[in-house]
Amino acid sequence: MGSMEFLYEGFIKALKLIISLDPYVLSVTKVQLAVSGTAVVLGTLTAIPLAILLAFTKFPGKAMSQGLITTAMGLPPVGVGLFVFLLITRRGPLGFLDLLYTPSAMILAQYILATPIILGVSLSALEEVPQKIKDMAFSLGGRYSDVIWIVVKEAKLGILTGILAGFGRAIAEVGAILTVGGNIVHIIGSQEVSYTRTLTTAITVEARQGNIPEAIAFGIILISLAFIVNVVLVNYVMRFSKGYENV
Amino acid sequence: MRKLLLAILILTLGCITRPPIQSNCKLVMATTTSTYDSGLLDQLNPVFQEKYHCTVEVIAKGTGAALRIAKEGNADLIFVHSRQREEAFVAEGYGVNRRDVMYNDFVIVGPASDPAGIKGLKNVTEAFRRIYEAQVPFYSRGDNSGTHEKEKTIWKLAGLEPSGKWYYLLGMGMGETLTIANEKQGYTLTDRGTYLKWKDKPGFTLQILVEGPVKGGDTRLMNPYGIIAVNPKVYSNVNYEMAMAYIAFVTSLEGQEIIKNYTINGEHLFYPNA
Repeated sequence: MGSMEFLYEGFIKALKLIISLDPYVLSVTKVQLAVSGTAVVLGTLTAIPLAILLAFTKFPGKAMSQGLITTAMGLPPVGVGLFVFLLITRRGPLGFLDLLYTPSAMILAQYILATPIILGVSLSALEEVPQKIKDMAFSLGGRYSDVIWIVVKEAKLGILTGILAGFGRAIAEVGAILTVGGNIVHIIGSQEVSYTRTLTTAITVEARQGNIPEAIAFGIILISLAFIVNVVLVNYVMRFSKGYENV
Repeated sequence: MRKLLLAILILTLGCITRPPIQSNCKLVMATTTSTYDSGLLDQLNPVFQEKYHCTVEVIAKGTGAALRIAKEGNADLIFVHSRQREEAFVAEGYGVNRRDVMYNDFVIVGPASDPAGIKGLKNVTEAFRRIYEAQVPFYSRGDNSGTHEKEKTIWKLAGLEPSGKWYYLLGMGMGETLTIANEKQGYTLTDRGTYLKWKDKPGFTLQILVEGPVKGGDTRLMNPYGIIAVNPKVYSNVNYEMAMAYIAFVTSLEGQEIIKNYTINGEHLFYPNA
C-alpha cells in the first residue's frame, strides 16, 4: 500500500467514524468535554474572584505573587500529573478519597493547570483598565462595588480570553490526565465506553496500537474543538469592538 | 558560536535527510512489553551487539502492535507471544523462519483479601467465572497484546463475555496495568515475568492467586514466545542478514543459557525451548 493511499484510507475511515457518531468515539469526546469543561468552570470560579482581589488590593509581596502566577501559567502537565498522583495515590495524603484513576482526578489535575492561566490573563486585563475609568466611576458617586463591576465589565474581553486559553490548555494536555486518569474504558453490553479516556489520551493509545483511523478521528475532533473555541472568541471580539465604536 | 550554528544546521538537515552513508549496522526488533519490561533483552542484546557489531533497536509495544509494525515494514525482526498470530504472519508471507525461543506462563494476580475467592484454583476458567460473578474490579490490558489475546481466549473458554463497570480496559502495557490494578486492588492476568519484576516495587501488594503451568497450574496459561524474521521479499530494505543472525544467536546454546540463567531474586523468568 502506498503511503498516500494509507493516509487517504485512514482519513476516510476516520470521517465515517465521526459522521456515524460511533458510540466509542462519542463517549471519549464526552469524557474530554466533561473533564476539561468542569476543570475550566471550577478554575474560572476560583481565578476571577482571586484576580479581582489581587487587582484591587495592594499588599507587600504583590509583585512576588504575580511572578508566581506567571510561573504557574507554564507548569509542565507531566509534573502536575505526578504531583496529583502522589497526592491521591493509595498511600498518599489524600489516598483515603480513592480518587486515582477516576474522572475527578483528571479534573483536579486540569484545574491546577488551567487556573493560573485564567488568573494570570484576567489579572492583567483587570490591571490594564485605565485609572481614569476607575476615577470617573468614583466621581460619579459609585460605591466600591460599583467601581469593581465597571472595571470587570471593561476587562471582560481579557477575562474571556483567559478562560478560553485555560480551556485550550486543558483540552490539549495529555501528560497529566494519562498519569492520574489511567486511560480507562469499560465494556457495557458489547460496546466500549470511555471512563477516563479522553481525545488526547485516546490518540496516544490508538496510534500506539496502529489503529490509524481512530487516531485520525480523535485528532480531527480535537482540532475542531480548538477551532470552535477560537471562532467563538473571534466572533466575540468582533461584536465587542463594533459595539465599542457605537458608544 | 559558529560551532553551535553548525551543530544546529547538521541536526536540522539530519531530520530532513537520512545520512548518506550507512556507517552503523542497525537491527530493529518489534517485541512485546514483557520481554522488555522483564529486563531479558537487557541481558541478550548487549551480548549480540558485542558479537555482531550491530545495534539492536527495540520497539516494545505488545504483540498486536509489533506485528503491525513489522507488516508495515518498520521492523526487521519480531519477538512475540501469540502462536496463532505468529503462524498467520508467516502464512501471509510477511515473515520467514519462525522459531520457538522460550516460554513462561500467565498467572492471575489480585489482592490478598481475594473477594472473588479464587486463590489456589487449578482451573483458570473457573477463576474467571468467579471474578465475573463477583463483579470485582478486573483490569484488562485492552491493547490487543498477546496477554490481552490470552485473556480474551480464557473468557471465551469460560463461555463468558465480560461487560460492566467492574471490567476496565486500559490500553496500556503490562507494567502500567499492574500498577493500576495494584493501586485499585483489583485482579489482572499477567505474564509471570513482569509480575516478578513488579512485585518488589514499593507499595506493590498484589499476589499470585492462580498459578500457571510453570508452578503446576492450568496448562491453558502457557505462554510460549516465538521469533520471526521479516520477509526480505516483501520489504527489500529490511536487515534480513542481521535478523537471521539474531535468531541464530537467541536459539543457540549461548542465547538459551542467557535466557535460562536470567533470574530476578532467584526466580526464573523464562524457560528456553528452542
